[in-house]
Amino acid sequence: MSKKPAMQWFAPHKELRPRSKLVMTVVSFLLPILLWCLFSYVPWLWHPKVEINEPGSVSYFKSGMLVDRELFDKETLKAEQASKAVPQGKPANPIYLPAPHEVGEAFYTAFTTPPKRRTEKWLHESLWNSVQVIFWGFFLSSLIGVPLGILAGTYDFFSRLFEPFIEFFRYLPAPAFGALAVAILGIHHAPKIAIIFIGTFFQQVLVIANTTRKLDPSLLEAAQTLGAKNKALLFRVVVPGVLPNLYRDMRILLGWAWTYLIVAELIGTSSGITWFITQQARYKNFDNVFAAIMIIGIIGLTTDLLLAWLGKRIFPWQRHGVRA
Amino acid sequence: MKHLLDLPSYLEQDDEVRDRFDRLKQRPVALSVEHLGKEFETPQGSVTALQDINFKVHKREFVCVIGPSGCGKSTLIRILAGLETQTTGEVLLDGKSVYGPGPDRGMVFQGYTLFPWLTVHKNVMFGLEQAGRGKDTAAEEASQWIDLVGLAKFEKSYPHQLSGGMKQRVAIARALANQPRILLMDEPFGALDAQTRAKMQSYLMEIWQNIDITVLFITHDLDEAIYLADRILVLKAHPGEVQEIIEVPVPQPRSPEQLLSPEFLATKKRLEDLIHPEQEEEGTNSDHLNMVRMVPVDHEVESVF
Repeated sequence: MSKKPAMQWFAPHKELRPRSKLVMTVVSFLLPILLWCLFSYVPWLWHPKVEINEPGSVSYFKSGMLVDRELFDKETLKAEQASKAVPQGKPANPIYLPAPHEVGEAFYTAFTTPPKRRTEKWLHESLWNSVQVIFWGFFLSSLIGVPLGILAGTYDFFSRLFEPFIEFFRYLPAPAFGALAVAILGIHHAPKIAIIFIGTFFQQVLVIANTTRKLDPSLLEAAQTLGAKNKALLFRVVVPGVLPNLYRDMRILLGWAWTYLIVAELIGTSSGITWFITQQARYKNFDNVFAAIMIIGIIGLTTDLLLAWLGKRIFPWQRHGVRA
Repeated sequence: MKHLLDLPSYLEQDDEVRDRFDRLKQRPVALSVEHLGKEFETPQGSVTALQDINFKVHKREFVCVIGPSGCGKSTLIRILAGLETQTTGEVLLDGKSVYGPGPDRGMVFQGYTLFPWLTVHKNVMFGLEQAGRGKDTAAEEASQWIDLVGLAKFEKSYPHQLSGGMKQRVAIARALANQPRILLMDEPFGALDAQTRAKMQSYLMEIWQNIDITVLFITHDLDEAIYLADRILVLKAHPGEVQEIIEVPVPQPRSPEQLLSPEFLATKKRLEDLIHPEQEEEGTNSDHLNMVRMVPVDHEVESVF
């Protein structure tokens, strides 16, 4: 009767044990990598192409060439029937799906390979470029968006004044302003920053206004019975009260800003990590393309984890969770 | 039923108690509520929450407000605190009418409402700083109030690290630090377990006896009202009106043993009659559910009696 149930992996609405949580985090990353490995290294899985080792009697086959399997089979059959030398080859994937180890190597070589032309940039320079664009776009947006959001969330007056128009504007896709941004701001950094700004700002005001509105109203009432008025209510109750949630919002919004980066960098003169990716795709270095895309993910996730860790230290009163 | 105690009338007061009430009524009036009314607009039309409420609270008196749910006791205290505006009537504090919230009327809420981002010490300092006290004086005064509620060791703690009872003690200290003319308490111990609540009641009595403070205390707990109050304001619902103002005949200072004294029980009986009159609730046959026997006749426990 009193048998301890095996690990409760599937109890609804129950947290897993810390160890199990760690295991699942690792598995969550291993699973897609495993899938990728299967498709790359198991020859009879997918592999729609054949890489030629030995052209045999087929005149247009060359060693190292990738051909469709159907074509290869047809030519092999033809050669067999004519009793000529049969071409040799091994199953391969299309060039746009490099194997994990190739991408792994690219992580290193992408940084160590000098650019093909003198005017072009190293990968780390391109990355730094992108980070700067993100930073300035997000910083400028927050500089105006955060105060505006808090005002709109606190006072109905500002909510009615700003939110209807912003609600309309946020449906306009930021990239649609690309041509306009270039016409006004030139072709270098400025229009890219503007796109990130437009993509972030309008969402930011609305999200932060909503977060501010969710502040426990009884805290404001308590403050009022303690003699707090207007400015003190705003700066000593509303602002510190919403700060932890506002910080969480900013982390999410920063993620959105990254999604606008790729579009933003295509505007005017292509630059940054996007330039690197398009350039490498042009050279058919798809391992580098994959590596660059993953680097964006790694930068994003690392920043977010760092900010989450920092948040726990900035807001010690939140350490035991808001849920309690 | 037999064995019901033969209780005196709740109106009977011994000489000491009567003498005390005579003196109490000689004291200046701290809070005066005159013809107070409140109507709410709802989609179904306007609803009268409070109608023609009149009462006075004397200096350093402890008044409890009690009533069935929906009698508007919370609305009443929120109007007194200035968090809601009345439709008619006036609230006078020391003879002057008051509008809007202010530090002259301290409030303790059921939900603690401590600022989670401030330590206990900073929470108590909040009102003092709003009053324009310098940082050092505010800090010093706050420490004294925290010491008074016995939480000196927890000055540096954040609210989430405290138990419910401790949180409410901080809230009381925070309200008292402003030295309000009256302390309004809206079911402050409602969320606490029975043991903690009893302890908090004793603490509050001690504080009230030693500090120049008038208290208006809302509760739905009859024992709590009788144990704490000089007088009990009984409201009735739909619309909220004053039903009776009871002078509690239990002598002061109070102690937990009095919970079983004849005066106490007589007062409780009176409150029960006022607040829980015999009435039919939906789906029940007077006091009983419509139950049929659902235990087999040969069950191992055939009857619970």
